[in-house]
Amino acid sequence: MASAGSSSLVILDPTSERSPATRQRIARPESVKGLTVGLLDISKARGNVYLDRIEELLVERGATVKRYAKPTFTKPAPADLRYEISQQCNVVIESLAD
Amino acid sequence: MPSTKPRLPDGLVVIVKEECATCKMVEPLLPEIAQHASLVVYTQDNPLFPTTISAQHDADLSVSWHYDIETVPTVMRIENGVEVARTVGWSKDEWREITGVATLGSELPAMRPGCGSMSVDPDLEDTLRVRFQGDVLTARHISLATAEDEIEALYARGWTDGLPVVPPTPERVMRMLSGTTRSPNDVVAIAPPDLVELTVEKIAINAVMAGCKPEYLPWVIAALEAACTDEFNMHGVLATTMPVGPVIVCHGPGTRRIGMNSGINVFGQGNRANSTIGRAVQLTIRNVGGGRPGEVDRATHGNPGKLSFCFAEDEERSPFGTLGIERGLAPDADGVTVFAGEGPRVMVDQLARTPEQLLASLAACMRSAIHPKLVIAFDAILTISPDHGRIFAEAGWTRAQILDDLHSRLQLSGADIIRGAHDIAEGVSESLADATLPKFRPGGILLTYAGGGAGLFSSVIAGWANGKMGSDPVTRSVSL
Repeated sequence: MASAGSSSLVILDPTSERSPATRQRIARPESVKGLTVGLLDISKARGNVYLDRIEELLVERGATVKRYAKPTFTKPAPADLRYEISQQCNVVIESLAD
Repeated sequence: MPSTKPRLPDGLVVIVKEECATCKMVEPLLPEIAQHASLVVYTQDNPLFPTTISAQHDADLSVSWHYDIETVPTVMRIENGVEVARTVGWSKDEWREITGVATLGSELPAMRPGCGSMSVDPDLEDTLRVRFQGDVLTARHISLATAEDEIEALYARGWTDGLPVVPPTPERVMRMLSGTTRSPNDVVAIAPPDLVELTVEKIAINAVMAGCKPEYLPWVIAALEAACTDEFNMHGVLATTMPVGPVIVCHGPGTRRIGMNSGINVFGQGNRANSTIGRAVQLTIRNVGGGRPGEVDRATHGNPGKLSFCFAEDEERSPFGTLGIERGLAPDADGVTVFAGEGPRVMVDQLARTPEQLLASLAACMRSAIHPKLVIAFDAILTISPDHGRIFAEAGWTRAQILDDLHSRLQLSGADIIRGAHDIAEGVSESLADATLPKFRPGGILLTYAGGGAGLFSSVIAGWANGKMGSDPVTRSVSL
């Protein structure tokens, strides 16, 4: 039963709401070697230039890099994009250039 | 988004849908009415219907919902923005009166019933309730990803008791809230262990997850009211290493109205109300109160009843009255008693034929509750089955007689139960060697009648530390 006007399911938080609804971050890894690192461009102009360089540095250190972009920097990343990254990557770096 | 009631123009308002034969029958009359009065027609389905006159499309059904339209066609007369008259379906006399057109529909039959309004279509009702009343929901809305399995998503967030839960969508929660007259933001109790304000809305969310029907919600609310009292001490019931959880005994005719089981397999699986009311209480304590196994819940073994342990007394057939009335509920009042209890244990006696024989047998079994040499500090629910109950009924024994006799058989000699007696280290202080001690404190046996019609068995549900040091049973009435 999807909510009107949205393809994703909306549910109500059953908790006391003392904790964030999103799950907590995992511990920072010691090394990126062998990890799949997501680079999330928030879609501000020339963010890609900055992230291209970050990608080079990560690849040098043995990481596999996957690139993602938010549809617009003015809004939070959509739930589907967050889910996609969580399924495909070990860690994510969200970056912007301005 | 929730909306306010739309203001209708003064004059006549007719609400129709193309799918309705009665609406089609009156379609040719609408231009005639418009010649005599200011007329606005709202159409629920096809915006091009009726073809005889232009109409407003009530596309989101806002007008129909806010004006409680149950039948189409409906004719309303509006004066100064306020409805002053209404007729539903087709009644020639009523249409002529409300429109003031004396010859209206002379070729039509005198009466023809209308059709159901789309705003009360059961398939749309949940969506519309959220659309027009959803602003009463203040809980955080969480969007799941399209590709995310919603059942797994709820597991991943730690919100289940180990079994799958029903995703609490706004539609389902609004439907659940229709089971109570209480406001969603009413604070029912302070939920332990985190001491959080427990609102009707949060209970409804967890009741959806547990699988409750809306009519169960008042029972869940009452059980939580009872559990979140200082007397019941839900915090202690959670934190103890003992295996207890809230056992919920339901009383009153409402138990039958909502279809609770008081008969065959009464403590077992298979009945939706029994299984989900107790589950909703436990999920609420877990999710809102923060009481989770391994955290504040420190039970060594626990018991499977901590998923849900909820049953109804078989009040109509009980030969010795009800626990609900004994605990102060009015006859025919609905209520719940919460008891900190472990799992039920059977007591077989297929040979006793008199109350005395049977009670001697039950006393011997009940003596071993918790430990045969520990006394007074633990209460118990005693559930007599119909086959055992008949023995008391045939002898004409009252509730008080049964309990007095049972208590008298459970007076234990201190010498038998002091530490070390009978080569068992466990027991009461040696200083009590000369005393006579009751196994259960006065009132410590909660007598109920339930179970299937065959089986010369009764059951005992032993409790946890009672009184101020632990938990006392608490009874609360159930109100809508």
